[in-house]
Amino acid sequence: MRVAIFSDIHANRPAFEAVLAAARARHAERIILLGDYVGYGADPEWAVDVVSDLVAKGASAILGNHDRAVRHPSETMNDAAQIVIAWTRERLTADRQDFLDRLPLTHIEEGALYVHAEASDPAAWHYVRSADDAARSLAATDARVTICGHVHRPALYSMSAVGKMTAFVPTKEIPVQLLTGRRWLVVLGSVGQPRDGIAAASFAMFDTVRQEITFCRVPYDIDAAAARIRDNGLPSWFADRLYLGK
Amino acid sequence: MVKYSIEGGAVIEGFTLDKCVHHGGMATLWSATHPGIDRPILVKIPKISEGDDPAMIVSFEMEQMILPRLSGDHVPACYGTGDFSRQPYVAMERIPGDTLYKRIADLPLGYEEAATICERVAIALEDLHRQSVIHHDIKPSSIMFRPTGEAVLIDFGLSHHAQLPDLLQAEFRLPYGTAPYMAPERLLGVRDDPRSDLFSLGVMLYFLTTGERPFGEGETLHAIRRRLWRDPVPPRKIRADYPPWMQEIVLRCLEIDPAKRYPTAAQLAFDLSHPEQVTLTARSEKLQRDSLYTVLRRRFNPPLTRLSEKSELARQLASAPIVMVALDVTQDSSELDDAIRIAVQRILATVPAARLACVNILKLARVAIDKTLDEQGNNKHIDRLVTLAHWAAPLKLDEQRLSTHVLEAFDPADAILEFAKINRVDHILIGARQHSLRRSLLGSVSAKVAAEATCSVTVIRPSRVAIDASLVAEEAAAASPD
Repeated sequence: MRVAIFSDIHANRPAFEAVLAAARARHAERIILLGDYVGYGADPEWAVDVVSDLVAKGASAILGNHDRAVRHPSETMNDAAQIVIAWTRERLTADRQDFLDRLPLTHIEEGALYVHAEASDPAAWHYVRSADDAARSLAATDARVTICGHVHRPALYSMSAVGKMTAFVPTKEIPVQLLTGRRWLVVLGSVGQPRDGIAAASFAMFDTVRQEITFCRVPYDIDAAAARIRDNGLPSWFADRLYLGK
Repeated sequence: MVKYSIEGGAVIEGFTLDKCVHHGGMATLWSATHPGIDRPILVKIPKISEGDDPAMIVSFEMEQMILPRLSGDHVPACYGTGDFSRQPYVAMERIPGDTLYKRIADLPLGYEEAATICERVAIALEDLHRQSVIHHDIKPSSIMFRPTGEAVLIDFGLSHHAQLPDLLQAEFRLPYGTAPYMAPERLLGVRDDPRSDLFSLGVMLYFLTTGERPFGEGETLHAIRRRLWRDPVPPRKIRADYPPWMQEIVLRCLEIDPAKRYPTAAQLAFDLSHPEQVTLTARSEKLQRDSLYTVLRRRFNPPLTRLSEKSELARQLASAPIVMVALDVTQDSSELDDAIRIAVQRILATVPAARLACVNILKLARVAIDKTLDEQGNNKHIDRLVTLAHWAAPLKLDEQRLSTHVLEAFDPADAILEFAKINRVDHILIGARQHSLRRSLLGSVSAKVAAEATCSVTVIRPSRVAIDASLVAEEAAAASPD
């Protein structure tokens, strides 16, 4: 099965449209969404509608911290992000908020664990930024493969049979076989708010038969996404950083 | 984990094992057959049981990841792999014959033979590096040859793939590999520099030509670490007739600092195949090891103390191309010569490690018996070399980056294409013939080169002004036939 995986869409419509088209072109048979559909970007209603439509058609979606913050203002977040969430809350109708609030924290499928943040305590929203973080996450579950987002920078960690960790920054378009003799933690890049210095939208294709993960990058209309952020009076840094990919 | 007692006749995912052809410390090798594959097959099965050295498992995983992605004549074709969830194996093409290790009884080899062997290995390494892989275990027992002569690299268990996770990076505190051949930077944990393979090839060339290993056979960490400051005995001290050009090549490969070695395997292959073009430096003259003072200074001020800046394989290769410029010195076309020089200058300015080969074709007559001497009694071959050197002089290139070649051939385009292929040229610059009459009579050399070359080709024309001027002159001549 060819699974397209999207994380951290952040209400960026041109970026989400671009990765959806790219996944279709790659003959994706299934879609899994790793959370943070809203926040930072200026098209939250559209993003939530597309996600709920995909879920209605069989996709799986899990919860991100920004999604939860819509109904739960107690979620800690920096001030600028908080401003956008408050704005988003105003925009989203109750049924859209309900949809987000009902999303699960994790999803397990074909032996792989899908989660937004570090898996030892998914609701604590810890980042996986190092081999140590990855080791903690892998130690906490039985899943051979864990796939998460939240960091906005793609990475690939593995743990050998004797617990040694490797860290790797994936090369786009080069499939990596998740060898069955070890355990893997895949950190996806962000669709709508990339922060690895590359402005293109990020997603991944997972071939579950061959156990191969391919990290993909798709250029999108940044001008349009940035203009939407500015036109809606959201903090302009969220528009500027789209160009920088940081 | 599975326990393995494999016997002949066993079938693993369609591969029928025939007999065990090698029983090594880390794996057993079996000859095998598979319906639909008509070439000889070798199946490698790791010897792994509970409590074994995890290095073996990781090495097997690396080979399992890397080998299926490699292609070409310089690696065995991969037919299938299986992992630890069922039966770990790698099925590959069985290369006939023995590894180079068989030749150790014959050491030292003749200089010419050793140079040919190492040139072929360098060409194989160039091909491997271009596929983003650093071998990291170059030694005689990792090298075989096809009946057609190409070197084939085997055993990718310690290799590094620039685009895949390096499972060996974190696994071991000590560098893992074959001590006598290991590059000094490996001791500092560097696994992503393709020049490490050139160091190992230098060790091998030294060994093949002297019968001695430049850094001994010591396996202790101290013995291995000495190469961070102690230089080897110059080969000329071991064999009095050792050619200076070969010592130049060997000692350049064995430089402690990777930046002082050849930048690419292609450039090393180039020197091995053109001994007369090797620029001799102080290296070639050394008869003694460095003085105790120098060694002590290096010992306490090591040239390699920390991980040097990331070398990134692809960038390293791209930074040191072999650029070939094909010059037609028989035409009086100074505008064209100047235009070509300007184009070359631009390239050399952007890639400082590029190497320039200036080539001229001495066209042989098909019928008449060719005379080496021209009407004035000058040697044409030498004249052309002098002209090439004169053309290149304004480039002010360090001699190690420049070579000049006069090729004798019936067909200039074929000669240029063949030179480019044999010497792994990355980029050909060639001038377009200006005179339309000549071009229509002789055919365009540049067009054929551009169409058939396997590398990039830039066809140079002088600026419009110059062309227009010559066209005007030609038209004027045509208009007034008398």
